[in-house]
Amino acid sequence: MPSITKPKIPLLALEKNELGLTIRDYDGAMSTLCAGCGHDSITAAIVRSVFELSIPPHRLCKLSGIGCSSKTPTYFVSAAHGFNSVHGRMAAIASGANAANRDLHYIGVSGDGDSLSIGLGHLAHAIRRNVDMLYVIADNGVYGLTKGQFSASADLESTTKRGEPNTTPPIDPVVLALSLGATFVARAFSGDKRQLVPILKAGLTHRGFALVDVISPCVQFNDHEGSTKSYLYTREHELRATDFVPPAEEIVADVPSEGTVSVTMHSGSVITFTSLPEGYDPTDRASVIAYLDERAASHEIVTGLLYASDGTPDLHELNQTSETPLVSIPFERLCPGSAALEELQQRFT
Amino acid sequence: MGPTDVNDPSYYHRVVDCQWACPAHTNVPEYIRLIAQGRYDDAYLLNRESNVFPGILGRTCDRPCEPACRRARVDGEPVAICRLKRVTADLRGDISDRLPRSPSEKNGKRVACIGAGPASLAVANDLLPLGYSVTIFERHDAPGGLMRTNIPAFRLPSEVLDEECRAILDMGADIRYRSPVTSLRALLAEGYDAIFVGSGAPRGKELDLPGRHEETGETRIHIGIDWLESIAFGHTDSIGERVLIIGVGNTAMDCCRSSRRLGGKDIKVMARRPRGFFKASPWELEDAEEEGVEILVNHAPKRFVIEDGKLRGMEFDILEWDERAEHSRVVGNLVMPCDDVILAIGQENAFPWIERDLGLEFGEWELPIVDEVTMESTLPGVFFGGDSAWGPKNIIWAVAHAHQAAISIHNHCQGIPVTERLPDGMNLVSQKMGISQWSYSNDFNPANRQRMDHVDLARRFSRLNLEVELGFSAEQTAREVERCLNCDIQTVFRARLCIECDACIDVCPAECLTITEDGDEADLVSRLTARRLNPDQGLYVSEPLPQTRRVMVKDENICVHCGLCAERCPTAAWNMERFELRIPYAADHVPSGVS
Repeated sequence: MPSITKPKIPLLALEKNELGLTIRDYDGAMSTLCAGCGHDSITAAIVRSVFELSIPPHRLCKLSGIGCSSKTPTYFVSAAHGFNSVHGRMAAIASGANAANRDLHYIGVSGDGDSLSIGLGHLAHAIRRNVDMLYVIADNGVYGLTKGQFSASADLESTTKRGEPNTTPPIDPVVLALSLGATFVARAFSGDKRQLVPILKAGLTHRGFALVDVISPCVQFNDHEGSTKSYLYTREHELRATDFVPPAEEIVADVPSEGTVSVTMHSGSVITFTSLPEGYDPTDRASVIAYLDERAASHEIVTGLLYASDGTPDLHELNQTSETPLVSIPFERLCPGSAALEELQQRFT
Repeated sequence: MGPTDVNDPSYYHRVVDCQWACPAHTNVPEYIRLIAQGRYDDAYLLNRESNVFPGILGRTCDRPCEPACRRARVDGEPVAICRLKRVTADLRGDISDRLPRSPSEKNGKRVACIGAGPASLAVANDLLPLGYSVTIFERHDAPGGLMRTNIPAFRLPSEVLDEECRAILDMGADIRYRSPVTSLRALLAEGYDAIFVGSGAPRGKELDLPGRHEETGETRIHIGIDWLESIAFGHTDSIGERVLIIGVGNTAMDCCRSSRRLGGKDIKVMARRPRGFFKASPWELEDAEEEGVEILVNHAPKRFVIEDGKLRGMEFDILEWDERAEHSRVVGNLVMPCDDVILAIGQENAFPWIERDLGLEFGEWELPIVDEVTMESTLPGVFFGGDSAWGPKNIIWAVAHAHQAAISIHNHCQGIPVTERLPDGMNLVSQKMGISQWSYSNDFNPANRQRMDHVDLARRFSRLNLEVELGFSAEQTAREVERCLNCDIQTVFRARLCIECDACIDVCPAECLTITEDGDEADLVSRLTARRLNPDQGLYVSEPLPQTRRVMVKDENICVHCGLCAERCPTAAWNMERFELRIPYAADHVPSGVS
């Protein structure tokens, strides 16, 4: 754990975004995770995404549960709002916060333990409710904070650092999300920011629940030869199934029209998928699940923005939440007092 | 681009911008760290090794290191390298027992040095400890050359100058004062094994305009460097109230400030060109203006106004320049009344004492033809250095020339070809002390550059030789040393250990790292994490990385050497290692065991 902090250097050369801020203005505290942890790369990718989208730091809300992954919100955008919830409850807290204030951007960072074991129920219902948030799972297949036991996403036949094989089948958060009706599902690798950053940016601009499962090697307990979530294994087995032109960017002329699929998002912007495998339709859940099943059988790790749709209503539409954030509503209206409560109760007698 | 050759000492040397820019390649970051540790003696001696005159240069150097300093690219102002050098001289103790000595048994070789300026003294400094007998011929009765005659005592106190000259002369140089060399032929006949010409550029340039030679009585038109010399030796102690200085180089600054001390009240420096195109260092301009000297731009001298054989003033054309100050046109004219005019428009070499039939060839501008590496003239055994070689430069260049000339003289005397010289060497030493512990102060310190305090204007002119700059206080020194970015603590990368986890890229506060596919330079540069702003700075490209065959690229431009890449590297592929440039001197060319 480093005792030195990342220095604030007034570099004359740093690029500025639309708000006149540099990427250093989106930094957080110095990471206390192990050197080489994939989570730090996810953190850096989030910093880059939020900077490039010119999101004002105070319009960002970052949430997490418990685990190595859940420490990371401390390490990005110090000036943002943050909530570090109890183990597995981040999705529930995020749902509440989102219902109370739709004006913020929500980023939840969780891990395979926090999301797929203790917090699986909350995750499932946040997906069902289509909470308007970016939900990042830093997925390393082990409980790093408790010294490397298998997590629920550990693959069959992978081993612990000591060599014991895993005999319990894994939960794949991507397939899980698809089966629950998620509207934006992606998988990426912490070691490839060229793919990860556009996905995070697209997820942040997506209306509804955006799930990004990021393979994030645990350099301490799961970067060994028996691992299926190591840097080397991921690089050797990664299959980039889809590529896309992010919504804000112009489509470059040399994208062939054949094999591309465009999805018009709620905001009117368009995500254009390019270079898709044959028979793959990123708007058709069944075709995506079939493709994932097929590739999993040959031990390939499919990455990319795998599924996107914008047909389903989000949390705000479903629950008719207040358009004005509750924090901006005068207290008297928000809490009309005991007389009003009395009157309300009278209606049910 | 293919992997960078980091076994070539010049790669890491270039990263140490100050050391690279210094003609004598002084190890700046190391001496700044020694100051930070309170090891002033060691810091002084480290300086002395390369630049020989730390106390003198700490006050008078032209500071090529400071414009190069990386700190200026980070927050706009370089580290006060020069003034920290002065700190080593101000705060050191008695180091006389650590200075080089000459052996009691000489090697039988005799070397003559012409002029006792910085170049000759530095040659003597390198050769005396090797057993050479060095004879120095000096036309004045004190050593120092232009350091004594041209630099006023209020900038360089004579005690400082005397002490550092004495350190060399006390090694046993045979110095002959009031002995100008009038014939090289005669000197050659004395049978020296080698001759070093360090006689400087002693002739001030003349301004031959109408009226220049019409004064009949007292001479009130002075040549700058001659006038400064006559002050230095006490022959001149006053000047008129209204003084015009022609020229705006560093000599002009010394002339105007000296005038201020000798009775000048209304002192004007007349410049032909606009500001920004002056030859004087910015800090010298500031110091002069602080003392009430006025600098007038766009005035071209036309004639001296002489009435009844007396100087009355000077006539100028007023110019208008284009943006780059290359072309001008005259837009007006005026006569500036004055009592004295001082010409400070440059100086040149003069070798009336070198007979032209000795085989020592002269080229353009009546300058001798001198080899840029060996400093040898076309007459074997005669070497040049300092201003006498290629015209006026500065003290630090003179020292740099002298080190090279000393190597050549040694080779020449030992019958070894002068071109047989040792290459630069280097050493890298890991600075890791433990987890999160580095042996240097790696945290970025946001302190501003410290300002040098000056003697009050009220008291400043009370004595001609009262030193103006007070030196850094302990507090200023402590703050300034922390501004140094330790550029010599190199980021050394071992590609075979890298697992491409991106930790270094993510943590780098200067965005100077990238992992990407190799390509030609333009292609690679287009894919860097941050734009490349300074193509003169190095671009490090690693061997292909084991997992993906991509390469690690580092733009050296704004790396602040904080060590976070090494700190966050899980496999120690990055490490912070102190780079030491091993510069060969004459002593290194002596086979060990033989003196």
